[in-house]
Amino acid sequence: MTEEDRAAASLKRTPLYHEHRALDARLVEFSGWEMPVQYSSILEEHRAVRARAGLFDVSHMGEFRVEGQDALAYLQYLVPNDVSKLAIHQALYTQLCLPDAGAIDDLLIYRVGEDQYMMVVNAGNIDKDFAWAKQQSRNFDVQLSNQSDETGLLALQGPEAQHILQPLTAADLSSIRYYHFEPGQVNGIECIISRTGYTGEDGFELYCPSSRVVELWRDVLAAGKERGLLPAGLGARDTLRLEAGYCLYGHELDEATNPLEAGLGWTIKLNKGDFIGHDALAKIKEHGLTRKLVGIEMTGRGVCRSGYAIYAGDQQIGALTSGAPAPTLNKNIGMGYVSAAHAVPGKTVHIDIRGKHTAAQITALPFYKRQK
Amino acid sequence: MAKLNHPANLKYSKTDEWVRVDGDEATVGITDYAQDQLGDIVYIELPWNASQSVSAEEKFGDIESVKATSELVSPVSGSITKVNENLKDTPELINDSPYEQGWMFVVKLSDPAELDHLMNATDYLAYLEGR
Repeated sequence: MTEEDRAAASLKRTPLYHEHRALDARLVEFSGWEMPVQYSSILEEHRAVRARAGLFDVSHMGEFRVEGQDALAYLQYLVPNDVSKLAIHQALYTQLCLPDAGAIDDLLIYRVGEDQYMMVVNAGNIDKDFAWAKQQSRNFDVQLSNQSDETGLLALQGPEAQHILQPLTAADLSSIRYYHFEPGQVNGIECIISRTGYTGEDGFELYCPSSRVVELWRDVLAAGKERGLLPAGLGARDTLRLEAGYCLYGHELDEATNPLEAGLGWTIKLNKGDFIGHDALAKIKEHGLTRKLVGIEMTGRGVCRSGYAIYAGDQQIGALTSGAPAPTLNKNIGMGYVSAAHAVPGKTVHIDIRGKHTAAQITALPFYKRQK
Repeated sequence: MAKLNHPANLKYSKTDEWVRVDGDEATVGITDYAQDQLGDIVYIELPWNASQSVSAEEKFGDIESVKATSELVSPVSGSITKVNENLKDTPELINDSPYEQGWMFVVKLSDPAELDHLMNATDYLAYLEGR
């Protein structure tokens, strides 16, 4: 056994592990999971998603079921966004916050039925989130169950997604709006067909029993072949979400970061009633932000990466939380926090790339928005 | 690893550079294995001004793929006589052609005995298998 094998032995795998191996994917460790970072090339997979479609295995994500007569009251207390606004078969983006407003995680909440919801959380935070959610449920009549192991999840993303998926299902995909979903069969497999994603493109996320996700993967890949669908790995997922300006937990968000400075103010509903973190968020809003998440675009030669320092003149004003080449834009981009006074789009800054101060510009987010 | 190519006429370092010796000069690049591990190469920083010198087992540049940054370590010592300027704008040549168009620099060897510390293709392959 090599050292790598030993490390891999303790990693979790999705049911699609052998499919990834068969496709010759490069597998890497990602928050405790052994996941495909690329199949052919990150650039090729990234471009396939922007121009045609890509299929991602995101079965490592966590799913919690929330049921009971207090389900809504409980979720309203648990998260800062307004869950009461959800119609049945609608989803929203929100966070779990600590009382001091630090983000425990970011997540989606699906309203599955009258008093039934599903929380979808980041893979690396499943245990932490479930313990927190459980602990906060004491005073509510709700049942929580962690269904992460029983649930498979594929993301079919790109402008061709609907064309590829429609022949496989009787559900009318054109009637499912963004951040809405329908339960339905895909090639005979019971799924939640959700018009959501993390790439900045149109597309669907398909939740299914983990026992059938291999079948679903093969069916969708085969159905999309003619339209140029490619399996896509976490490498492309990361460059796609970066271009789209989406936060990645552990980078733009963590327990020392509040959602307001992360630019997520649109998801914080202070007027909906009390929730965990409410008072801290209200205070932060009242006093103003000390730092803000901004986009960084390199104007000098070089690739900026997570952790690199951001300078205005001789003064360090912040640091990058993500950075990579942006294949769609043909630029090197990043996101990072800078002190609020410097968070001005158009401002010239310098990035410390291995000791060399290289010119860059602060830009508004997102970097990329699809044409509708 | 079967489809990767490691020519028998080159010498290899543990940090995945290759050396092609020609008299008292040598050409240096990174191996097929290295470019494959890095994935899409998008940027490279080399000692662009020829006449600089490099030292064995010391850093001579940086290479960036979409995913990550890595250091380039020289397998030999000497003074640089030529740098592959094409890599400035088309670093993907390293992915496409690691031993031909993707060469990085030519160096006048200051200590040819260093070549004895490098591996031949068979040993390099065994070294990769053991990783």
